[in-house]
Amino acid sequence: MAIEVRIPTILRTYTDGAKQVEGTGSTLAELLTDLESRHGGLRERLVDDGGLRRFVNVYLNDEDVRFLSGLDTPVKDGDTVTVLPAVAGGA
Amino acid sequence: MLTISRELRDKIVAHARRDHPDEACGVIAGPAGRDRPERFIAMTNAERSPTFYRFDSTEQFKVWQQMDDNDEEPVVIYHSHTATEAYPSRTDISYASEPQAHYVLVSTRDEQETEFRSYRIVDGQVSEEPVTVAE
Repeated sequence: MAIEVRIPTILRTYTDGAKQVEGTGSTLAELLTDLESRHGGLRERLVDDGGLRRFVNVYLNDEDVRFLSGLDTPVKDGDTVTVLPAVAGGA
Repeated sequence: MLTISRELRDKIVAHARRDHPDEACGVIAGPAGRDRPERFIAMTNAERSPTFYRFDSTEQFKVWQQMDDNDEEPVVIYHSHTATEAYPSRTDISYASEPQAHYVLVSTRDEQETEFRSYRIVDGQVSEEPVTVAE
């Protein structure tokens, strides 16, 4: 078993078009590092020096990880992580 | 070109008027790949601000799941500007991440007239497109 990660259209260039990929790790940060080893460039689109980028939402199962522990959020086999681009803007 | 029914256009305008002076935002879903806006979903502006909008992330998750389950996609993503023209701001452009979507902007700065315009935003490039309102 692994952790299932759902990738939005705009980031599928990093996954050869795949809508869903799998990874391992005990925290979200570790999972992203693991994904980076097979899908180079993906991590940088999600994370910067300060943590998760403002432009993206990352969910563990159905909860925004910002309301959990961000990159330190524990993950385990059987979990689903969903990445969605934030929909935002301003005048 | 965006083709939209009068009923859906009116719903966007009504939402924008209702939330004025805060920015209103939402989505119209439609069958994937058909470019046909059908299902109107008003979203909560988590910022509740006259100058910024952001979909509430938990609500967005649910709505995006539903669209996925229904084999739909966001055909229209709309928001309002309440004191400026209906043209994408720099922030709007930097956040735009649905290249297949019509980004609809309405301006409620005038009490009587509501500007209603549509754009494609791809890789930071904005192109305005004509809007056809179908009866």
